Amino acid sequence: MTGLEVKSKEMGGVSVVYLKGYLDAHTAPDFEKVLRDLIDQDRFCLVVNLSELHYIASAGVGVFMGFIEEIRSKGGDIKLAEPTEKVFRVFDLLGFHLLYDICRKEEEALRKYARSSTSKKRGKP
Amino acid sequence: MIPPGVHYSLRIPSQTDNLELIRNFVSGVARKVGFRDVDISKIELSVDEACTNVIEHAYRGRARKDIGVAVKIDCDKLVIVVTDRGRGFNFRDVGMPDMKTYLAELRVGGLGIYLMKTLMDEVEYHSAPGKKNEVRMVKYLLKKNVKQKERSLASVRSGARSARQKTA
Repeated sequence: MTGLEVKSKEMGGVSVVYLKGYLDAHTAPDFEKVLRDLIDQDRFCLVVNLSELHYIASAGVGVFMGFIEEIRSKGGDIKLAEPTEKVFRVFDLLGFHLLYDICRKEEEALRKYARSSTSKKRGKP
Repeated sequence: MIPPGVHYSLRIPSQTDNLELIRNFVSGVARKVGFRDVDISKIELSVDEACTNVIEHAYRGRARKDIGVAVKIDCDKLVIVVTDRGRGFNFRDVGMPDMKTYLAELRVGGLGIYLMKTLMDEVEYHSAPGKKNEVRMVKYLLKKNVKQKERSLASVRSGARSARQKTA
């Protein structure tokens, strides 16, 4: 397998994006386009499933950084789920956990959105 | 296992679709030398970052320019030299970002050199813009053993010094 395959599906109000392959300076624009399209469709609650992403370089990291401000300003978030050990090591080195929710399982990330929407309905912060 | 002193090199057009090939090349050599998976990942990411910098900054995205990637095996280390003939820059001017501030300010880009300096044991940059720029990165095979070796060599040297002083 070469390059990057990006798929996405809707789970309630959340868009789950699946990345397969590698995310470097060559493939980062493909991922960037998918995120831009989702934002243009007013999809601001995202989970990126990384279970089949085998490599990430700083260009790939830059895509997450490039959208987070805009997405959060619209009340959404990018949650990262199921990173492989190799990808997690890069996130860890950069201190990504300070800025992003990194979940072991996709369901955990989805539950966090469900919890936050319940809290909002109840008027809790 | 590859014997020490062997030298591998690759000359490749400056296009991002060659980054995978470059990574496979360096990680293949590192694996044969006996590096662990964790260190192979560090080496391939550092070389990827160095080559991405060449493509995007030294050559400003112009394809068909050459990138050189040379890998030399020493007894205790792998030396990787990435060369280009594009624009140079002052490596010392590129500081190491404080990652907490970087993330808090939601900055984008500029992490390549941070990663290279963090992941490799030594990183040096030499620039003659338009002629030849060179990033030299070193990864030791067994860092602990190398440090022990340095210590034992230092103690041998200091022992020899004190022996000379006694005889003088």
